Amino acid sequence: MKRQRYRLHSGGRIDRGDERSFSFNGRRYFGYAGDTLASALLANGVHFVGRSFKYHRPRGIFGSGAEEPNALVQLGAGARTDPNMRATTTALFEGLRAKSQNCWPALWFDIGGINDRLSGLLPAGFYYKTFMRPASLWKFYEKIIRNAAGLGRAPVDRDPDRYEHQYAHCDVLVVGAGPAGLAAARAAGATGARVIIADEQSEFGGTLLTENGRRVRIGGEAPDEWLNSISAELNDMPEVNMLPRTTAYGNYAHNFVGLMERITDHLPTEDAEGEVRQRLWKLRAKEIVLATGSLERPLVFAGNDRPGVMLAGAARDYVNRYGVSPGSRVVIFTNNDSAYAAALDMAEADIAVESVIDLRSEVEGDLPRRAREAGIPALQGYTVVATSGRHRVKGVSVMRMNDAGDGVTGPVRNLTCDCVAMSGGWNPAVHLFSQARGKLVFEPDRGIFVPGEPVQAIRSAGACNGAFSLSQCIAEGAETGLAAARVAGFEGEHASPTNVSEPADKPQTPVWRAPTDRKGARMFVDFQNDVTTKDLDLAVREGYHSIEHVKRYTTTGMGTDQGKTSNVNALAIVANALGAEIPAVGVTTFRAPYTPITFGAITGRHVGALFDPVRRTPIHEWHVERGAKFEDVGQWKRAWYYPRNGETMRQAVDREVKAARDGVGILDYSTLGKIDIRGPDAAEFLNRIYTNAWTKLGVGRCRYGLMLRDDGMVMDDGVTLRLAVDHFLMTTTTGNAASVLSWLEEWLQTEWPDLQVFCTSVTEQFATISICGPKARVLLTELAPDMTLSGDEFAHMSMQEGMVAGVAARVLRVSFTGEVGFEINVPARYGRAVWDAFMEAGEAHGITPYGTEAMHVLRAEKGFFIAGQESDGTVTPIDLGMEWIVNWTKGDFVGRRSLNRLDTVREDRKQLVGLITTDLETVLEEGAQIVAHVSDAPPMEMIGHVTSSYYSPNLGRSIALAMIRSGRSRMGETLYAPMPAGTIEVTVTKPVFFDEEGGRLNG
Amino acid sequence: MLNIPCPWCGERDVNEFHCGGEAHIARPTGADTIDDAAWADYLFMRQNPKGRHYERWSHAHGCRRWFHIVRNTDSDQILAVYLMDEAPPDVPEPSS
Ligand SMILES: [Zn+2]
Repeated sequence: MKRQRYRLHSGGRIDRGDERSFSFNGRRYFGYAGDTLASALLANGVHFVGRSFKYHRPRGIFGSGAEEPNALVQLGAGARTDPNMRATTTALFEGLRAKSQNCWPALWFDIGGINDRLSGLLPAGFYYKTFMRPASLWKFYEKIIRNAAGLGRAPVDRDPDRYEHQYAHCDVLVVGAGPAGLAAARAAGATGARVIIADEQSEFGGTLLTENGRRVRIGGEAPDEWLNSISAELNDMPEVNMLPRTTAYGNYAHNFVGLMERITDHLPTEDAEGEVRQRLWKLRAKEIVLATGSLERPLVFAGNDRPGVMLAGAARDYVNRYGVSPGSRVVIFTNNDSAYAAALDMAEADIAVESVIDLRSEVEGDLPRRAREAGIPALQGYTVVATSGRHRVKGVSVMRMNDAGDGVTGPVRNLTCDCVAMSGGWNPAVHLFSQARGKLVFEPDRGIFVPGEPVQAIRSAGACNGAFSLSQCIAEGAETGLAAARVAGFEGEHASPTNVSEPADKPQTPVWRAPTDRKGARMFVDFQNDVTTKDLDLAVREGYHSIEHVKRYTTTGMGTDQGKTSNVNALAIVANALGAEIPAVGVTTFRAPYTPITFGAITGRHVGALFDPVRRTPIHEWHVERGAKFEDVGQWKRAWYYPRNGETMRQAVDREVKAARDGVGILDYSTLGKIDIRGPDAAEFLNRIYTNAWTKLGVGRCRYGLMLRDDGMVMDDGVTLRLAVDHFLMTTTTGNAASVLSWLEEWLQTEWPDLQVFCTSVTEQFATISICGPKARVLLTELAPDMTLSGDEFAHMSMQEGMVAGVAARVLRVSFTGEVGFEINVPARYGRAVWDAFMEAGEAHGITPYGTEAMHVLRAEKGFFIAGQESDGTVTPIDLGMEWIVNWTKGDFVGRRSLNRLDTVREDRKQLVGLITTDLETVLEEGAQIVAHVSDAPPMEMIGHVTSSYYSPNLGRSIALAMIRSGRSRMGETLYAPMPAGTIEVTVTKPVFFDEEGGRLNG
Repeated sequence: MLNIPCPWCGERDVNEFHCGGEAHIARPTGADTIDDAAWADYLFMRQNPKGRHYERWSHAHGCRRWFHIVRNTDSDQILAVYLMDEAPPDVPEPSS
C-alpha cells in the first residue's frame, strides 16, 4: 500500500523531511513530525478507529482536539500503557503504539456489536430498569456489565515514570494561546506584570494554526507571520512564562488553578529517560484571563455517527494544519457560515466537495458567496435525512426542508461521499469560567451560553466570551489583558488597535434536530455514551425534567469527554421536548478536570518512601540491628517485637511479656507525646482540661489524667508531671500528641484567653526509656548511683532529676504494666547512648527489650484501657469504670456537664468488661461482635464488641477486653462471639486479670 | 483552594489552616443549672447557611493562632477577618 495515501502534496505545519513510523492495532503506518495520531491515521485513510461504549458501533475520528468523543486509544504497553488517550491530542512520535478500545476480540469483528442489533431493548435507563430485580441476581449481572463496559485498561505494573508538582504565583494567568490569549498576554506583559500563558497544544496559535492566510490578514501580515512576531515579543518579555502542552484543567476557589504540563509525552520512551514526565502546577493568579476559544457543535441528524462523519472545523484543521485530506469526496453539512471555509480550503487543496448542504434557506455571508464564486455546489434549505456505509460513510440522502422548518418535502437526492464535514455552530468554551462558579447566560438568538458575572477575579476574552471573529478576539484580548494587569497593580496604556481583514460572518442560527423522513432513524447526541434523541425523548416522557437528572438517567454528557460536543445539543433537545426555554431546564455544572489528568501527576513525588513522612526515635537503629519487627503508630515506626532465632511472633511476645514480669524489660517509649505547659495559670488550666484535680499536686509529683471532649467522651489520657509551681510536663498517647496540643491551644485562645499559659511540643526533644519488672530498681541503681531509688524515698508517681549513665536525666517512677517501673527521660541526642548503657548493665540481669505488642499484653493483663482502642469517641469515663478519676467538686471542666446528659447516664450503655474464653488457647478476634443469643444465621442482636484480645503467658490463657451493653451487671454471664468458623463461648469478668490488688507496684 | 488572610502572617493557602466551624457559640456558664436541651444546643446545633457565615480558623501550619473570618459560603468570598477578642463586624448579607 502506498504510504500516506491521503497526504496532500503541500501545506500543513508538518515536517515532511521527518517521517515517523507507528503502529495501530498491530499494523505499521507512517506519518510526519508535527502530526497527531489522528492526523497520521487519516493520512493513511484510517477513519474507523474504535467502537462506542454501549452499542459497540463503529466510530471514526470526529474532532481534532480535546473535544474528541470517539477516537480513544490505548497507548503504549506494559507499565507505560495509558487508556482513553485521545488520538486527536496525542503527538506522533517514532515507534508510537496504539490500540482500539471497547472491542473484543478485534476492531473489525466485535462481539459486543450485538448490542447494536438489540438497541431497541437497550433504552435510556435500561440498566436501572432491568438488572435491579431480583436484587439477588445483581451480583451476577454486575460482573457481565462491568466486563462489557469500561474504557481501556489500566496498567498492572508500577508506574516507572517520574512526576512533580510546582507551586507558582503570577499577576495574570492567560489560559489559551490563540489570537485572544496572545493579545492578552502581550498587553499584560507590556506592563511588566508577571504573566503565565498556557496552552494545551504543542504550538501556540490556536485557530491561527489552521488559518492559511488566503482570506485573512492581521496588521497587514499573514496569520503565521503575526503569530511568529507576537510569540517572539512574548519570548523577549522577562516576566512572561510561556507553557505549551499545558492544560489548565481546574479553576478553583480564590483564583487557584491546576495546570498539567506534559513534558515528555510527545517523545519516544528512550528520549524521555530520566526526565520528569508531567508536571502539575498549583498556581495562584491575582487575575485570570480566559481565552479558551470555542468548541464546534455537531449536527443532530439521522445516521450522524458513521466513521467519516466529522466536525467541519476538524476537517479543516486536517487539511490546513496537517496537510491531510479527510476524504476523497466530501459532503459539507451546516447551519452556519464557518463550514464554507472548510469547503473553500478543501476545494483549493483539490479535494472534491460533493456539495454543501445548508439547513438555512437564506444564505448571504461572505464565505458562502466566495464558495459560490469558486463553483462549489450548494443545496440551501436542505437537510441530510440518512447516511449509508457500515465502517465508513458511503453516501448521504438529502431532502428539502418544508416551509415550517420542522419536516422534509420533495424528492430524495442521494449523494456519494466518503466524508461528511458538519457544523452545528460554535459553543464558547466556558468550562473554566463555570468551574469557578461564574454564572452562564444563554443567548437565544445564537443558541449559546456566554459568561455572565464572574465570582472571582476572572475575565473572558474572544470566542469563549462569544466574540467569534478574529478582529473581536484580538481586540478583546488586548483590552482584557491590560485591564487584568492594571487591577493587579501595573500601569500601561492601550496599544494602537490591530487591523484585521477577514470575511464577514453571519451569526449562526441554531437547528437542534435535523428533520428526517425515516422512521426509527437514530440520531446521536452523545457519541461517547451512545445517547440518541430517542433516549432523551424517553427520559422526558418518563418524567425527568431537570437536565441534571436526564444526564444521570441517560448518561449524556458523562464519560471522558464530559459532553464537550453533546451538552448544549442535549439541553436544547430536552428543552424542546418539554416545551420549555433552554435556561429553564438549566445547564449541567462543569467540573474539573477539563480533560482527564493522570494519577501520576496528581500524586507527584508522593510515592514510595515519600508517600508519608516517617518518624524514627533516637534509638531506632538499635531496634533495626536487633532485627525488630516494626509497626506504624501514626507516622512513627515503633518496635513491635524482637524475634530471636526463628521465633514466631507469639513466641517472641510471650518471652518478652514474661521477662517484664519476672526480670526486667526495657521499652523505647520516646514516641510518647510530650507537651511543656507553663504559666501562672497552668495548674488552673489543667484543672479545667482534665477530669481530676491538679492545683494541689506537689512539685516533683506526677498524676494520671483523663481528658474529655465537651460532649463527655474520652479523648486522651496520660501522666503529667509538675516541674514547678507554674510548670508542667504533660504526656499524651503517641498518636494523639499533635491533636492534644491543638486542643489545648484552642481552649486557651478561644475560650479562656484570660489564662496565662503557654504550650510547647517537646516530644522530639527527649528520648524516653521505660524499664519495668522486679529487677528494674537494681538495674537503675547501678546506672544512677547518686539517686535515692528505694520504695520509701522514691514513691510511685514521683520524679527525680539526676545523672543516669553519666547523662542528666529526669526519672519518673510510673508504670503502665503494673510492675515497678521507671521512665528515664534524657535529651534526645543521648538516647541511644543511655539505651546502650542499660543494655550493657542489664545483661547480668537478663534485660529483655520488649516491643509494643508485649506492652499491649502487659497493660491488658492489668485492664488499662488505650485511648482509641477501648474508647472510640463514644465512650465516657463512667463507661470505662473510671468514675474514680472524675472530680465532681472541683468546679467545671471540659466534658463535665455532658456526663449528666440523659444519654450518658443510661444504664444500658456499653461498658468496659473482661472476657475469657472457655478454651484457654482461643484468642478472640479484636472487633468481634458479641451476642447474648445465637441464631443459626445473622442478623443477631449485637450487644458489644471485643476491643483488645491477647494470649497472656503470665496467666497461661487468652484474655480480652470488650465494650458490652450493661456489661458491669453481667459479671459471670455467658455470652457468644459468632465467628465464620463457629461460635465462641465467653464469660464476662472484671476488666483486670493480673494482680488486682496492685501489690507488685510496690514490690 | 481558599486563599486565607491570616491576620498575623498574611495570605496563605488553605491547607495551612484548620477550620473550627461556626464562631461565637457561647459555652454556657453555670452548666449544672442548664437543662439538657440547652446544653445539647451548645454542643451539637450549628447553622449551615448559604451566604454569610461567621467562622473560626486556626493557622495550624503557621503561627497557630485562632482568628475569625466572615465568609460567603456560596461564593467562598472572604468578607471580613478579625481577631479572637474582637466583636463580630456587621457585614451585610451578600446578595446571591
Ligand atoms: Zn498565621
